[in-house]
Amino acid sequence: MKFGVVVFPGSNCDHDTYYVLKDVLGQETVLLWHKDHELKGVDCVVLPGGFSYGDYLRSGAIARFSPLMREVREHAERGGLVLGICNGFQVLLELGLLPGAMLRNKNLKFLCQFVHLRVDNPATPFTRLARRGQVLRIPIAHFDGNYFAPPESLAELEEQDQIVLRYADENGELTGETNVNGSTAAVAGLISRRGNVMGMMPHPERASESALGSGDGRLIFESLIRS
Amino acid sequence: MIDPKVLSDHNLTAEEYEKITALIGREPNLTELGIFSLMWSEHCSYKSSKAFLSRLPTSGKRVIQGPGENAGIIDIGDGQAVVFKIESHNHPSLIEPFQGAATGVGGILRDIFTMGARPIALLDSLRFGPLESPKNRAIMDGVVAGISSYGNSIGVPTVGGEVYFHEVYSRNPLVNVFCLGLVEKTKIFFARAEGPGNPVLYVGSKTGRDGIHGATMASAEFGQETEHKRPNVQVGDPFKEKLLLEACLEVMEKGLIVGIQDMGAAGLTCSTTEMPAKSGTGISINLDLVPQREDGMTPYEIMLSESQERMLIVAGKENVAEVRKIFAKWDLDAVPIGEVTARKNLKVSFRGETVIDVPVDAVVNLCPVYRRPARKPASLRSAQTLTLPSPPKDLSSVVLKLAASPTIADKEWVFRQYDHMVQTNTVLLPGADAAVLRIKGRKKGLAVTLDGNALYCSLDPRTGGAIAVAEACRNLACVGAVPLGVTNCLNFGNPEKPEVMWQFKEVIEGLAEACRTFEIPVTGGNVSFYNDTEGLSIHPTPVLGVVGLIDDLAKLVGPGFREEGAVVVLFGETIEELGGSEYLRAVHGLEKGRPPGIDLKKERAVQDLCREAIREGLLRSAHDLSEGGLAVCAAECCLFGSSGTGCVLDFDDEMRPDAWLFSETQSRILVSVAGRDLPRLKELAEERNTPVKTVGRTGGTELIIRQNEREIVRLPVETLHEAWKKAIPRAFSV
Repeated sequence: MKFGVVVFPGSNCDHDTYYVLKDVLGQETVLLWHKDHELKGVDCVVLPGGFSYGDYLRSGAIARFSPLMREVREHAERGGLVLGICNGFQVLLELGLLPGAMLRNKNLKFLCQFVHLRVDNPATPFTRLARRGQVLRIPIAHFDGNYFAPPESLAELEEQDQIVLRYADENGELTGETNVNGSTAAVAGLISRRGNVMGMMPHPERASESALGSGDGRLIFESLIRS
Repeated sequence: MIDPKVLSDHNLTAEEYEKITALIGREPNLTELGIFSLMWSEHCSYKSSKAFLSRLPTSGKRVIQGPGENAGIIDIGDGQAVVFKIESHNHPSLIEPFQGAATGVGGILRDIFTMGARPIALLDSLRFGPLESPKNRAIMDGVVAGISSYGNSIGVPTVGGEVYFHEVYSRNPLVNVFCLGLVEKTKIFFARAEGPGNPVLYVGSKTGRDGIHGATMASAEFGQETEHKRPNVQVGDPFKEKLLLEACLEVMEKGLIVGIQDMGAAGLTCSTTEMPAKSGTGISINLDLVPQREDGMTPYEIMLSESQERMLIVAGKENVAEVRKIFAKWDLDAVPIGEVTARKNLKVSFRGETVIDVPVDAVVNLCPVYRRPARKPASLRSAQTLTLPSPPKDLSSVVLKLAASPTIADKEWVFRQYDHMVQTNTVLLPGADAAVLRIKGRKKGLAVTLDGNALYCSLDPRTGGAIAVAEACRNLACVGAVPLGVTNCLNFGNPEKPEVMWQFKEVIEGLAEACRTFEIPVTGGNVSFYNDTEGLSIHPTPVLGVVGLIDDLAKLVGPGFREEGAVVVLFGETIEELGGSEYLRAVHGLEKGRPPGIDLKKERAVQDLCREAIREGLLRSAHDLSEGGLAVCAAECCLFGSSGTGCVLDFDDEMRPDAWLFSETQSRILVSVAGRDLPRLKELAEERNTPVKTVGRTGGTELIIRQNEREIVRLPVETLHEAWKKAIPRAFSV
C-alpha cells in the first residue's frame, strides 16, 4: 500500500503521520504538496491534522480550494482510499466528500486528551481488523470537533452504517459525559456511502506506539494496509 | 525639539540623553532618539541587572552558546544540540491577556528557530491572582486561550509548566514562556551580519503600526489606567509564523544564509543594530523597501514597530534568488532592503534622505550600566518571625483542603486546552515532575521543568533562589535526568526601589551558588523588572527552566504509584520547617517565617541516588516533595497513579503532626519500590551517605498516615481525587 500525506500550509501533523506510516509501519509513503497536481501514484491519500491556512475562516474552508484537491476528489470518485484526520476530516466536510459540518466544542475550549472510541462498523477498509463494539483509546486535539448533521441526514447515516467511530467510555457505553465535544450521535468517525473516504477527529498517528501510551491507532492504519 | 517632555515620553533620563549626544557627537533627531530609547530600555539593555547577572556561572563543557544570543545551546551528543530560552510577557498579558500571551509564545518560538533549531516543546510558568475575582479569572482564561491558540496552531506541543496563585499577581500576572528546540550541531545559525556588501533581507509579515514602544512599556510601572496602552500590544498570527518557521528552516538546512535574527521586542531597530554590533560591521537600509501594511508610516514608526512574525536575514549575494524562491513557495515576502557595510553605523534612508546615522556600538553596547542602591526591606525581620498556631485536630480535612488549593490542585483545565501531543514525542504527559520527550530514533530522551517558589523568595530571597534551582534539578532527578543547563526568567518589581534591588541581588547570589554546586551553566534568560502596579511590587519571582538528559527512556518512571504492595521509601530527612509553607498560607492565612533551609551538597546526594536507582531499574515511581510537604506528595502519588491505589504510611517521631505532614523540608523524594529491590536501594543510599527510610506500603483505596501508631490522616483516594480534580473547573463555573 502506497500512502500520500498532503501538506497544506499550516498542516502540523503531516510529519507525525508520515513517520508512523513510513518508519513505524514500514509502508512506502510520500508527502504531497498542496500546490501540485500530482498524486504520485498513491493508493491512499491522507489529509493530516493541523490548522490549514490558520483556520481563521471555518476550519478547512480554504484548504478545500488547494490545487491538489482536484486530484484528491477525482481519486475519491474513482473509489480510491482517502483518510482525513482532524483538520483533514474538516477539509473532507468542506469538500463535500462527507456530509455534515463541524461546530465549536460544546465547552467552547480546545480539547487535547485521550478518549475512548467504539467501533460501530468494522466492515470498512479503515476498521476491518476491529471487532464490532471494540473500544480504542486514541487522543483528540481540536477546537472544532462538534460534529453536526440535521436529523434527516443523521437517519440516513445510521441507516447506511456510515458512523464508524463514536465517543464512548472504556466499556463502549455511550454517555453524555464521554461525548466530550458534543457531537451529534457521538460521531467521532464517519465514512462515505461508497465506503472509501473516512474522516475522524481523533489522531490515530498519536496512538501508534506503546511509548506514547497507546498503540490502538495502528488498527486504523493496519486495516488500510490489509485492504 | 528634544525637550524634557519628549525625553520622559521615551523613558530616558537627562543624563542618558547627554551620553547619547556625546556618543554620536550631535543632538539626535527624534527617530534616532526612538532607537536609543528602545535599545537602552531596561527590557533590551539589562542596564540595572547586568552588573549582577555576571555572578551566574555560564560555562561548561557542553555549552555551545551561552548568554548573549537569541537562545542558549547545549551539546547532547550524537551530533545534536538543544536550544532553549525562557522569556516573560507579563505586561502585555495584563493589558490584553489573549494576545499578550499568544505573542509571548510567538516570540520565544522565533528565538529558537532563528538559530536553526526546530522547536519541539513549549512550557509556561503562569501566576495569577486568586480565582475568586472575576477579573483574575478573565486574565487566566485569556492567557491560557492565547497560549493554546498560538502553540496549537503552529504545531509545537505545550508539554508542561506551572500555575501559581497569589494576591500579589492580581494586578500583575506573570506569563513566562519557555521553548526547547533540537538542532544538528552543524546546522546552527547566529545573529551575525558578516561580510560587507552582503544583502540584508526582510522576511515574513508586513510592518504595521502595532506594538510601537512595547519594550519601553515593559520597562515602566503601571498606574490605574492600562487600557490606553492596548495599542502597544501586538497581535499574533500563528499561521504566518508556521510558514516563516518552515521557510527559515529550509533556507538554513540548505546553508543559504550568513546570519539571521528575529524582529521581536524593538523590531527592525534591534535586529539592524545587534547583528552588525556582534560582527564589527554596520548596516545600511532603505525604509522605502520595507513591506508595509499601512499607508503613510513614518521612519520612526517603521523602525519601532513590533509587528510580529518577521525576521532579518543576511545572505550571500549569490544565494538571494534561491532564498526568495523558498520564501515565495511558502507565500512569504523576502525583500532585500539594504546591505552590510564596513562602516560600523546603522544608516537608514527614507524617501532619499538619511534619517538615521548612528554607530551600532553606541546603541547596543554603550548604554549606561547602573548599580542601583540596594537595601534590605525593614519589614523582613517581622515577616520572618513566626509563632506557630496549634495544629488543627482534623488533619484529614487539612490534606483535603490543600489538595483543593488552586496552586496544588490538578491543572487539567489548563493543560487540556494545550495540544501537548503534536510531534508525537511527549512521553510523560503534563502534570508530572518534569515533561519528558523522546528523540525519535534514539534511546535517550529530554526532560524539562520550570520552577520557582516566590513566597520563599519574599521571605528569604537568597535561600529562595537556591531552592528554585535545587527543586528544578530534583524534578529532573525524579525522571532520571541529569541537568544540563538553565535558563532563567527573573520577575521583580521596580529596580529603582532599593528593597527590590536587594531582593534581586540576593536571589542572584542564591541562584549562582546552587548552579555552581549542581555544575549547571546558565545559558541565558530574561529579566522582567517593573512588575509593579499602583506602587505594589510582586514577590521576587525567579522562574528556572532546566533541561536534562535521560540516557535510556525505557527506564523512565512517573510520579504515581503503579501497583499494590510496593514499599514506599522516603529519601532525605524531615525537620520542622513550616515557615513559608503552603500549609500555613492556605490553612492558617500566614505568610511568615523563614523558608526551609537548603544544604546543596545533601541535595545533590539525594538527586544522585534517585537517578542511580532509576538507572538500575529499582524504582516503580518517584515524586519530589514540595508545596504541601509529605502529605500532599503522598496524596499526589495516589492521584497520579492510574489505578487509584492508596497507601499506608507509618512514622515514629515526636514532631508535631502538622509539621510531619506539611513541613516543606528540602532534599526529599518519595519513591515506591518492589520489596526485592529494597536491599540494593539501601546499599546505594549508604554509598552516598544519604538517609532513606521505609515509611509504608502501597495498597488499598485510601491514603492513611499514622504517627506513632496513631492514625492522623485517613482519606479515600476517590474523595481526594474529587477535591483535587474539580477545584479549578469549579472556580470557573461560578
